Order: sequence, then structure tokens, then C-alpha cells
Amino acid sequence: MAPLSTIQQEKSFGSRLQAALRSISPIYVVLILLLIAIGTQNPTFLEPSGILNLLRRAAPLMILTAGQLFVIVAGGFDLSVGSIMSLTVIGASLLINNDPSNTWWVIVVLFAIGIAAGVINGTLVSYFKVPSLIATLGMLLALRGAGLYWTGGAPRGYLTDNFRAFGRGWLEPVPWVERFPYAVIVLLVVSAILIYLFHYTNLGRQLLAVGDNARAAKLAGIQVEKMRIVAFVVSAITAVIAGILQGGFGGVNPDAGDGFELQAISAAVLGGAVLLGGRGSVPAAIAGALALEALFTLLNLLGLPKPLRDAVQGLIIIGAVAYAALSARRSR
Amino acid sequence: MTAKSLTSMRSLMRDSKIPPVYAILVVVFVAAIVLDAIFGRGQITSSTILTNMVVRSVALGIVAMGQTFVMLAASIDLSVAYLISVTAVMASYIMQGDPNRVPMAVAAVLGIGAFVGLINGLIVSKLKVNPFIATLGVGLVLKGILNASFENFVGAVPRSFQTLGYGQIGPIPISILVLLSVTIVGALVLSRTKFGAHLYAVGGNVETSRLSGLRTDRVIILAHVICSLTAVLTGLFVVSRLRSGAPWVGTDGLYDLESIAAVVVGGTALSGGKGGVVGTLAGVLIFGILDTMFNQLGVDTFLKQVLRGAIIILAVASYTIRSREKAA
Repeated sequence: MAPLSTIQQEKSFGSRLQAALRSISPIYVVLILLLIAIGTQNPTFLEPSGILNLLRRAAPLMILTAGQLFVIVAGGFDLSVGSIMSLTVIGASLLINNDPSNTWWVIVVLFAIGIAAGVINGTLVSYFKVPSLIATLGMLLALRGAGLYWTGGAPRGYLTDNFRAFGRGWLEPVPWVERFPYAVIVLLVVSAILIYLFHYTNLGRQLLAVGDNARAAKLAGIQVEKMRIVAFVVSAITAVIAGILQGGFGGVNPDAGDGFELQAISAAVLGGAVLLGGRGSVPAAIAGALALEALFTLLNLLGLPKPLRDAVQGLIIIGAVAYAALSARRSR
Repeated sequence: MTAKSLTSMRSLMRDSKIPPVYAILVVVFVAAIVLDAIFGRGQITSSTILTNMVVRSVALGIVAMGQTFVMLAASIDLSVAYLISVTAVMASYIMQGDPNRVPMAVAAVLGIGAFVGLINGLIVSKLKVNPFIATLGVGLVLKGILNASFENFVGAVPRSFQTLGYGQIGPIPISILVLLSVTIVGALVLSRTKFGAHLYAVGGNVETSRLSGLRTDRVIILAHVICSLTAVLTGLFVVSRLRSGAPWVGTDGLYDLESIAAVVVGGTALSGGKGGVVGTLAGVLIFGILDTMFNQLGVDTFLKQVLRGAIIILAVASYTIRSREKAA
């Protein structure tokens, strides 16, 4: 490592600044442009309370995307997260059974279910060598069926206020912004933990190595199988957290998490992650999720009918990835 | 069965080029017969139920053949479910129950399908967008346009067009013949044409193929066009069964993910270059047998989904577990 760092020190400040600017993911520019566009439509959205509201609404997707990134950089997909979210909401409403004192042990159980799903996903991919697309697709079908079977097809019960507080509650009084959503606190804590794990511990480097070249990683002494399992467990845990927030925000709904898996993958890719592994950054992925949510807000403000928002989302995802692919080719 | 006869059977299967998935198909079928005899009414081998079983597999089967083509090229198509919806809605909207408008409607949806496939192929090959994202994006665009234009069942197909879904030639339903012809044509294209050989080459290693002088982009684009056309065919079959098209018929059928699962269960590698439509047919039939068996046994609809998910994983695991390659 020593020679490498001396080379870096020899570089002039200007060239280092240039390199730093070039290494900034374009998603941050996109995000800022989207926020400016939202501001021109309705300036109240850019006041602190407006931003907090946007963050609160985007929190489930942002957390989910950060988890999904762990799987993507290791070279896989996790399609099961949406159904884990739905199962979390369903499980919470049935297990809490309208008694607020049940909330805490129920949350523990929900995490246990999620972790079990993640371990199974990871084991299937690592030891049974099932492609992650198929393994997590099977898990998606199985968990979706299990959730509906559990409720008998129609949701029952409701979520107690202390459970819903995570998704829709506010911390008040807080100076300057008056009230601060719990969901944003959860978002900040989870993001900080995941950024730390990915960018400041060996875990992230090892996952990147696995995704870049699994065989080389193995020869370098990385426990490839275990790394993959860890990635799926992280993804599943974020799905449970996202489910708890979404349940608090939207109430009981047996398909609360449907479609989130593809949104999370899209968001991670918007944030510069490369499918099939080897490249990605947690903050950029989180920014990708926020940009996607900001885009929905903007399209809403522009008065576009809801279905057309899907179409615009599709075009933008393709455009962003095509841009990234083309610029990667040019720099080569 | 002794170990020796098992080995000789294995070599027999290898020599006859029957994909190994047919062994799973037989096991699943025998298991279904046994389970049905013990817990059900023991009617699963009756010709009515067997015929129904195959008819149920037709919709998924046709599009899975196209999905096999793109997956052989190491691509994937997540837009098929939306294209099936578009086809069903547009066909029934244009036909409006008038037999004279059938040719126009069929031509229109085939045109739409070819165009969507072309777009998918161009984005994947020329813009170098990961196929997962490219076709997901195209699917979202189709979904958005469709849902913005139609909200419910629209139009109707004339009685004559329903022959596709319900008609019979002698004792054999036309739909089964359609599925078989698509499979046979697909198998012939893959094994006997230059395009088929190029497809395996591109799926095996796109860079090597390009350096050997193949126009790899064209191969990928053509594979996507073929896939979209099979999705259109499935859409036409679905609308002829339903008699009218609604914007949710494709997505509710989960044709995107299920067709991919059927192809992989059928032995085609997700990484491309290996497999074929004959294996896919077995994969689709396995799903059909499971559905029929669950119905015969009266398994809860939701529990059915759980078992289905588990069986997809098990079937794929049964041959990936032996491979040395690392799949992610």
C-alpha cells in the first residue's frame, strides 16, 4: 500500500480535485436537478418540512436499495425483498393482534423471519448454486403465497399506533424544523450503519471482490459462500425495516411491498451500481432511490396521470443506464 | 434399479440428446399420479384432465419458447408480460367482435410485437444496457401507455377467433397443436439454421463471436424480435380464451417471471449458450402437472404458490448443485 499512497501525495491539488469531481456519481447531479425542478413547481417542497416529508416517503425504498446494493455488488439479484416487506406488514397485523404490548416481541419475530429468508436465499445461491434470479424468484412466490395463506387472502386486524409510529410518527418538538419524522431517523441510522459496513470495513471490499471475480476472490482467501449469505441477509433485514416503515405509513395491505424489488434494483443501478457485480456505492444507491422518489413527486406536481409515470420511469431508467454504459465505453 | 442400469440409462439419455429435465418431468408426473391415487380421486391420468393440463400450459409455453431464444443469447426479457397485456387489449379492441377485422387485428399486434422486440434488442445490443434493466424499462413504458389508455375489459373477439383457444381438430385441441408447432419450429431454427448456430455462439461468448466475424448485434436483436412475437402469440391465445382483453391479463399471469423460471427449469443456462426449446417444453409441462395435481388434491390456492416457488428452486438446484461453475 505504501507506494500507492506516495503517488497520490505527489499529485497536484488541481488534478486531485478534478479526479474527485469525475469520481462523483452523476446521480447526485440528477438528484439536484430534480429537486430544483420540484422547487420551481412548488417552492414549499424545498422548505425543511417539505424535504423531510420527501425523505419520509422515500425512506422505505432508500433503505431497501442500500440493502439490495450489497447483493448486487456481490453479483446477484434479490427479487424476494418486496414479498418480505409484504409479509412483514401482514405478520405484524396478525401477530400484534391489536394489543400494543405485543409490538416489541413481534418486531423481533419479524426480523427473525427476514433473516431466515435471507439465509435461505444465500444458502441456495452459495451452496446449491441456484442462480440468484431463480432462487429469490422462488422465494418471492413462496413468501407471497405464505403471506396470503396466513391471512386467508384478505388482510385482517390493524396495526397498533406504537408500531405505526416508526412509519408515520414524528419526534417533537425539535428546534428549527419543529417536528422530525421517526422514519427519517431510522433512515439515517440504517444508512450510516450500511455505509460504515460497506465502505469502512473489509466486508464491502470482499463483496466487491466476489462480484468482480468470484474465483479470484476465492483464491485470495475470501470466504465467497459466506460473503454471499451475508449480502442476502443484509438485504432481507433492510426489507423487514422497509416493511415496518411502509406498514406504518400505509397501514395493513397484503401487497404493501409488491414491485419494490424492481424499484430497488432500478434505484441501485441509477446510483451507478453495475448488475452482475463488482461496482457500486451505498450513498449513490441511496441517492438513486431518492432521485426515483423525487421523480415521482415531480411527475405528480406536473399533473401527469399516474400510469404515465411508469412510462417516464421506464424511459429514465433506460436512459440513465445507457448513459453510464456509453460513458464507460468512452473512458476505456 | 442397480447402479449399472442407472448409468447405462444416463448414457442412453445423453446419446439420444433428450435434455435431463425430462427425467424430472417423469418423476414429477409419477409423483402426481401416486399422490392423486392416495389423496385425490385418482383421475389424473384420464384423457380430459391430461388434455386440460396441456391446454393450461399453452399460454406460458408459447412465450417461454421465445424467452428461451433471448436467454440462449445471454439476454432476458422482462417485458413479455406487458406485451401480452397490450396484445390482448389491442386485439380485442380492434376486432370489436367482427370476424372481418381479425386479420387486421392480428397484423397490428404482430407489428407492435416486432417493434417492441426491435426496441428491446436495439437497447440491449447498441446502447449496451443490461437486458434486465432494458426490458424492465420497456415493460414499464408499455404498462404506462396501456394503463393510461385502457382501464377495463375492452372490445371482444368474434366467435370464429375463439377457435384458437377452444377449437379441436379431432380429439386434439388446436391450442396444443399450436404449442407443439411453435416448439418444433423453434427446435428446427436452433438446430438447423445458421441463425441458431450463431445464437449459441453469441450466448456462449459474445466477444469471441464478434471477433470471429459474427454480427452479434443482429443476432441479439433477432432473438428479441422472436421473443416478442411469441409473447404476441400468447396474448392472442389468452384473449381468445378470455373472449375480451383487459390490461392486467399478462401481469396477473406472471408470464415474465414464470417464463424465465420455465426456461431455467428446462435446462437453459441463465448465462446463455446452453439449452434449447425442447427442454423448455418439459419445464412448462412440469408447471402444468403441478398445477393440475394441486387442483386435484384441493390444495389451498395460496399454499400452491408456496409449493410452486419451492419446486422451481428444487428443480433448478437439482442440476446446478453438481456443476462446478459459480452461479450468482
